[in-house]
Amino acid sequence: MSANNNAPLLQLDHIGKEYYGNRVLSDISFSIEPGEILGLVGENGAGKSTLLNILFGMPVITSTGGYEGSLYLDGKHVHFTSPTQALAAGIGMVHQEFSLIPGFTATENILLNREVLNGSLMSFVFSDRVSTLDRDAMRQRAATAINTLGVHISPDMTVNEMPVGYKQFIEIAREIDRKNTRLLFLDEPTAVLTETEAEILLIALKKLAKSGIAIVFISHRLAEVKELCDRILVLRDGRLITDQRSEELSTRQIASLMVGRESLRKEEIVPEIPEQALEEVNVDETLGTTTLAKKKKKKKPALKVEHLWVDMPGETVRDVSFEVQKGEIFGIGGLAGHGKLGIPNGIMGLYPAGGKVRLFGKKLTLNKPRAALGRKMAFVSEDRRGVGLLLDEPLDWNITFTAMQTQGRFLIGIPYIFQMRNEMAMAKETKKFIEALSIKCTGPGQKAGELSGGNQQKVCLAKAFVLRPDILLICEPTRGIDIGAKTLVLDTLKEYNKEHGTTIIITSSELEELRSVCNRVAIVGEGKIAGVLPASSPAEDFGMLMLNAHSRATNEEDEYENAEQDGEKIA
Amino acid sequence: MIRKLFDIIANNAVPAVFILISAFAIPLSGFSASYLVQELLTRIGRNSFLILSLLIPIMAGMGLNFGMVLGAMAGQIGLLFICDWGVVGIPGMVLACLIGTPIAIVLGIFCGHILNRAKGREMVTSYILGFFINGVYQMVVLYLMGWVIPITNPNLLLSRGYGVRNAVSLSGIRTVLDNLIPTVITNSEGAKQFLNINGAGSFFLIQLPFFDGTIRIPLATFIIIALFCVFIVWFRKTKLGQDMRAIGQSQSVADSAGIPVNRTRIIAIVISTVLACYGQIIYLQNMGTLNTYNSHDQAGMFSIAALLIGGASVSKASITNVFVGVILFHLMFIVAPMAGKNLIGEAQIGEYFRVFVSYGIIAIALVLHAWKRNREREAARRSLRGNGGNA
Amino acid sequence: MIKKFIKNAGWPRIIIALFLLALFITAPFVGVNVFTSFNNTIVRFGMNGVMVLAMIPMVQAGCGLNFGLPLGIIAGLLGATLSIELNTEILAKLAELGTQYKISWLTQEFLTTYREPVGFASAIIIAIPVAAVLGWLYGKLLNRVKGDEMMIATYVGFSSVSFMCIAWLLLPYKHPTMVWGYAGRGLRTTISVEGYWLHVLNDWLSLNFKDQITIGGKVLDVNLAIPTGMLIFFAVMAFIVWVFMKTKTGTAMTAVGSNPEFARASGVNVDKMRTISVVMSTILGAIGIIVYEQSFGFIQLYMGPFYMALPAVASILLGGASVNKATILNVIVGTFLFQGILTMTPTVFNSVFQTDMSEVIRLIVSNGMILYALTRKVRA
Repeated sequence: MSANNNAPLLQLDHIGKEYYGNRVLSDISFSIEPGEILGLVGENGAGKSTLLNILFGMPVITSTGGYEGSLYLDGKHVHFTSPTQALAAGIGMVHQEFSLIPGFTATENILLNREVLNGSLMSFVFSDRVSTLDRDAMRQRAATAINTLGVHISPDMTVNEMPVGYKQFIEIAREIDRKNTRLLFLDEPTAVLTETEAEILLIALKKLAKSGIAIVFISHRLAEVKELCDRILVLRDGRLITDQRSEELSTRQIASLMVGRESLRKEEIVPEIPEQALEEVNVDETLGTTTLAKKKKKKKPALKVEHLWVDMPGETVRDVSFEVQKGEIFGIGGLAGHGKLGIPNGIMGLYPAGGKVRLFGKKLTLNKPRAALGRKMAFVSEDRRGVGLLLDEPLDWNITFTAMQTQGRFLIGIPYIFQMRNEMAMAKETKKFIEALSIKCTGPGQKAGELSGGNQQKVCLAKAFVLRPDILLICEPTRGIDIGAKTLVLDTLKEYNKEHGTTIIITSSELEELRSVCNRVAIVGEGKIAGVLPASSPAEDFGMLMLNAHSRATNEEDEYENAEQDGEKIA
Repeated sequence: MIRKLFDIIANNAVPAVFILISAFAIPLSGFSASYLVQELLTRIGRNSFLILSLLIPIMAGMGLNFGMVLGAMAGQIGLLFICDWGVVGIPGMVLACLIGTPIAIVLGIFCGHILNRAKGREMVTSYILGFFINGVYQMVVLYLMGWVIPITNPNLLLSRGYGVRNAVSLSGIRTVLDNLIPTVITNSEGAKQFLNINGAGSFFLIQLPFFDGTIRIPLATFIIIALFCVFIVWFRKTKLGQDMRAIGQSQSVADSAGIPVNRTRIIAIVISTVLACYGQIIYLQNMGTLNTYNSHDQAGMFSIAALLIGGASVSKASITNVFVGVILFHLMFIVAPMAGKNLIGEAQIGEYFRVFVSYGIIAIALVLHAWKRNREREAARRSLRGNGGNA
Repeated sequence: MIKKFIKNAGWPRIIIALFLLALFITAPFVGVNVFTSFNNTIVRFGMNGVMVLAMIPMVQAGCGLNFGLPLGIIAGLLGATLSIELNTEILAKLAELGTQYKISWLTQEFLTTYREPVGFASAIIIAIPVAAVLGWLYGKLLNRVKGDEMMIATYVGFSSVSFMCIAWLLLPYKHPTMVWGYAGRGLRTTISVEGYWLHVLNDWLSLNFKDQITIGGKVLDVNLAIPTGMLIFFAVMAFIVWVFMKTKTGTAMTAVGSNPEFARASGVNVDKMRTISVVMSTILGAIGIIVYEQSFGFIQLYMGPFYMALPAVASILLGGASVNKATILNVIVGTFLFQGILTMTPTVFNSVFQTDMSEVIRLIVSNGMILYALTRKVRA
């Protein structure tokens, strides 16, 4: 296949990508040789997944206008428009989410749609699809693929009976079994593995590389990346920051490269920290129960969270405690999937939660959105289209509905007996916010689904402001909106905080954003608070907090999973 | 542990309840054993094929194929033509199948496309589609046949000169398949009588000394059904069958693995429709008369009810379910009116009871399925929760 | 402009509307009396309107099309039959109450004069609590099977109808006009409401014209009887539903249908709203069938209510509703179009082809419409 022996296996030449005028990748160039292991690291939103989508020919790229630059495979220009093409060219990918069929055995999953068939007359007449499966040959092939990985999983085990770690191996085995696979992308393969499983996997990957398969390894576990990879690429804000041999970098260096942007930050941010919050920061460093107790007597915090757990799928919160002072803007950051989104969602009662939450010293009933709303808390969901808006209803409904249902406003009539919508009042209030937030729309009667992402987000903010909240919880305020709207949204929040003294808690994947708006920022890792820092702390500290949180939690997880497995054995 | 127990009960509750009902109703009805066995054998032969045609869409995760009435209609059109042309016997049946097949394929493709546009609510859509095609069928049979479509046999046509009569006699192919290999089980006494009446040589006579009464077995039909079962077993082992199972469990995973999801779903429906067409022809050759405007209507409902009574669910069904179902359902069907009459003095009650049971059982199966699915979704969500959840 | 209109209305709706228009235009030329047909359309509109109205709450709350309407109809049938069975007792009891509490207007004389409206009202009053209880249970069931409501609703409807078949036979009704004469028990399949509340709404304030006009040399009988009372009744019911949808609860219900997650995050009890919508829908179904019967003249028991959901579902869809959005206007337009086709096709086709194709056309139009709605994408 390779016409030019000198050409690298894969070469990226000035790859860039824009989503609706929103630049997510620019000028990415690197190449990979057969048998090489490349580590790709970067924060969430740095552009890793977009890069993978481009390389794998995902439809989301083509449907949004394609990409810039060119790809070369064996020196030949290629352009994939569907994953099937990428697969055919020998590019394999193991996704973060499992794409396995739960009721199928390991064998059936590994050989899904590549089954070994018995030849027959029928298949000659019709198509291959009417040939029967050669189960024995299939089992053999699956076993070979599993053995290559150095693990012992029975090929006849069904996937839904497997521990999570096994599923990951099955996914990888599936890519290995593909005969023509020459380049393998692994997206956070060790995230769900125990320490020992991760070690086995790393050994297996090295073995694979020796056999000539090139591997691109994406992980947040920097120690692993450093151990496994030949070269490390750091991606930040859609740019390639570093492309160095892994021996030349320490994990600490990698971490600071990932979160970086030191010089810019100092100019940008002049955080004003309310006195109490400052005290809080000091206390935090020697966080002891006695100091906390003293503090409580002084003044009750606006929000006090103790041992909160939240069962939010993909964003599990295990044990979180923190305090937010009145009038403070408090940030919650951390990597995706570690539970930062679970915290506000849990407090608002949207997902099953437990623990203690106190508002101005009074206990809050969990698991009841109504209770949280009744205590003058407002919430802006990260899932704008799914939870935040009534896409099929007009703007005035969207903005006033929550206030109508929980505070009985925008109604005429006798409470509990007969109350009708006051459509005039609804329209009036909506117009006020359309003006104040300069929402681009035709009027209060326009359907929310017809607005752009940025304007939809403003509608979500308006919905929260209408509630006149004491505490405002906002998730991912700038996700999926363009840069102009981003600044506007953040400025609005800052202003609102200043004007009304509202306590605001912002959850965001973009650390820079949090540091530019908040007084203090908490970093969440593996469902726990790794630490709380003043926003002015150096980026490196935040970076290390994220990584430490990761490795610490990993160890704990090992214990947990081992315990679980033991438990299963007993059962 | 409790969950497990619940699952076992939930999975087998339906057949168990029916065995219980039958245990009460059989003695009440006062039917003799040989009568019941004869009736059951006839009905197994008559209905099994139709019910078996439901298995493949279930495998492909498309739920109960209420659209099988489309196939039944195709079969009936085939039968109308052979009646008109006067082709009788086995050749008649084969010809009816040959005419019905292309119609069933076209309807199946149409149905498959419609269902691909209504993913997630295949059942209600295929159900309404049945009604819709029924309208088209009536238009063709009631207005176009004898006018645009040449039908010449006056026995078939309404007195006004076009449109097919409500009841069409299928005397030409009546029980030709059932009696292709005539087989009789009886005791020595019965054998003598039987030989006296029918003459010797043209049938298998199996003598069981302690057997009471005489039973005819539709052996050829049973052989066809057995072949069909073999076909389904083989089909499950093919690549196509494997793809269908994969799609049935997760369309998105199957799609990302490169399996042509929509096309495969259409194939599943086409196979089901064509088989339902043959099933209806077998059914009607046993009945001997075709109720032009009603026969197909009930085919779907009774087949689905029988399958569910056999312990199948919306997402899982086996050949065993088919036979357990057909036996239990029809046992109830035979004994319910008589039992009702003997119990309350009103045969009508038994009639209504079996209708109620047919619909009720489908309703319960659908509820259990949706309930279970929602519960599983909940459980899957909970399994994502870490150890913090138990704190 | 036209393209946009077609896109909004959807081609099946336009075809059907044009078809109806064509029928009305053809009618005079083939000797069909347009006035009579139009009158019939209006009467059937009034008869079916409330049952179509019953679709609104459940569609708005996101429970889908109420294929389980027969459940409400059963409640209505119970109300209707009990009002006849207990007619004398009810009247006696009311007279007694009148004297006991000295209600000046509630006299024997009043009751004799207004025997029929009182009977009609008693049917509705008995039906409502029955419908409420059945609807509440049905709502609870539908909350457990979210996502599969429509199919389950269909079979809940079917099984309840067939269950009631047994009940109609066994319930201890005694009234001689209702039970089988020879057995002395078990309700008849059709029961006349004549002498009870036949046409109470139709005849109330009804406008009657009788005239002959000459068009193009042809003498045409104009014989109109507009059932004003029934139309007013429908208008009142429609108004009640319209007002309800504008109340706090109605707003919450609409939000639940539009986006249940949004409603939940706004502190609305989603399941409760869904249950309320199902109860409302069932009650409206019960009232709807009683209105239907007073005009039709007969109570149809046993398998009578079996397929009654389909015309109602088809009507509202024909009026422009989707699986998750419906308005009063959809009900009015849809019922008029659907009933218009049902009245016009038999007469016109009979005159042109000397054959009645109405049944076939009804099947194709109503199910085609439902099929169209089901195969349309719900939200991106």
